[in-house]
Amino acid sequence: MIQLEKLHKKFGRNQVLSGVDLSIGDGGIYAVLGPNGSGKTTLIKSILGMVVPHAGNVLVSGKNVRNDWRYRQNIDYLPQIASFPGNLKVRELIRMIKDLRQKPSDEDNLVQLFALEPFLDKKLRTLSGGTRQKVNVVLTFMFDSPLIILDEPTTGLDPAALIRLKGLIQREKEKGKTILITSHILQFVEEVADEIVYLLEGKVYFRGSIEQLKNKTGQIDFEHAIAALTTPTANA
Amino acid sequence: MLKILKYSFYDLIRSRWSYVYFLFYLALGFVLLFLNNDLSKAIITLMNVIIVLVPLIGTIFGVMYFYNSKEFTELLLAQPLKRSSIFLGQYFGVAGSLTLSLVLGLGIPFMLYGLFKSDAIWNFSLLLVTGAFLTLIFTALAFNIALSNENKIKGFGYAVLLWLFMAVIYDGLFLMSLIVFEEYPLDTFSLTATMFNPIDLSRTLILLKLDISALLGYTGAIFKRFFGTHTGLVVSVSVLLLWTVLPVWRLSAKAKRKDF
Repeated sequence: MIQLEKLHKKFGRNQVLSGVDLSIGDGGIYAVLGPNGSGKTTLIKSILGMVVPHAGNVLVSGKNVRNDWRYRQNIDYLPQIASFPGNLKVRELIRMIKDLRQKPSDEDNLVQLFALEPFLDKKLRTLSGGTRQKVNVVLTFMFDSPLIILDEPTTGLDPAALIRLKGLIQREKEKGKTILITSHILQFVEEVADEIVYLLEGKVYFRGSIEQLKNKTGQIDFEHAIAALTTPTANA
Repeated sequence: MLKILKYSFYDLIRSRWSYVYFLFYLALGFVLLFLNNDLSKAIITLMNVIIVLVPLIGTIFGVMYFYNSKEFTELLLAQPLKRSSIFLGQYFGVAGSLTLSLVLGLGIPFMLYGLFKSDAIWNFSLLLVTGAFLTLIFTALAFNIALSNENKIKGFGYAVLLWLFMAVIYDGLFLMSLIVFEEYPLDTFSLTATMFNPIDLSRTLILLKLDISALLGYTGAIFKRFFGTHTGLVVSVSVLLLWTVLPVWRLSAKAKRKDF
């Protein structure tokens, strides 16, 4: 589905990605983890073409994404911070995105699922962070694309909404979709992810299932395994 | 691109500022006609206002809109849309709504006054056309500045400076060089210097069309010989067009390489 070849990116002097090689197959849930500033969002944004890498290639479905935009038709993206034009109403925003993408969508069920009906005629500026994130989730999941990218999807969600989000992710996975998630909530990652990609200092430091990670680090607990990954002495 | 244009335009038309801008021109048109009681005189006064104000509004509005719609832009970037069409759509949305406010705001009072029955209609159309050009040019320049500067304050600063330079400082330098080099033949120099500033170019164009070039003295005669002819008009409109196309082209080229 996605191939990253020797991806390099720096912002000013700050080298964020230094030669990321990564290949992600069809189907399954992949979690991209790493400490703050390890380049998770940059990685995702270069897949989306929002960040232009200095060197290396991004291939989605075998095609180079440089100077292309049609491939985004097949990606649903949930941005990290739900920032929307504040003077639009929720209903208008949904209609606008539908109009821009021209694809069949299923927003009614999702609006119902997250109980957003009372907010449909409110302006986005007036919504709370959690509600805005719910709108964000609705906008992402209302289309039926083979690749879903979620950047910190859990931010601000209450427990009930979080359970529904997990349900949604499982449902999409069963349809055979590829889902890419970044998150700092390890409990959430452990529950949903099939495979872990650990980024450190702009490189893929570890890749494999949670079991492999635990075996490698000799830890029983996922949280400790992640922590042990970054401190080499714990490996010995 | 047309869809983005539609949404930007719609967004702006609903905003308070478009109305304020529209009502301002409406009021200006009525007041000038009331005070002057003559179409041609009103047009001359109007020109002085337009030449300075339109670039200022275009610059400020362009920068403001660009920074304010950052969220909208980021949302659009993740959608299957071409980058250049996102930015060009927004640009034409802003420039289009400003031009509409200008044309309607001034058009209505002049029409009510009986513009169509008078022979001032060509002068008035020329005024509106140059006003539209100035809007397009300065909005495009403002978008360029905003795109190149992440920092809002810096962006605003550069934009205001650009306006100040074009509207005031350039003229000062121009006049000063005319005085310093008055012993040399300056026809070509002054013609070229005028071409390099869209505000000066518009002003000269309108003044000469209005047949008040006598006010300009000797230089006026040279200008008249150039701008008064058919070729002169074509050349100046082409230069204005170039002033529009170049920043728009740079905008779309720059947008392709930017990170978000």
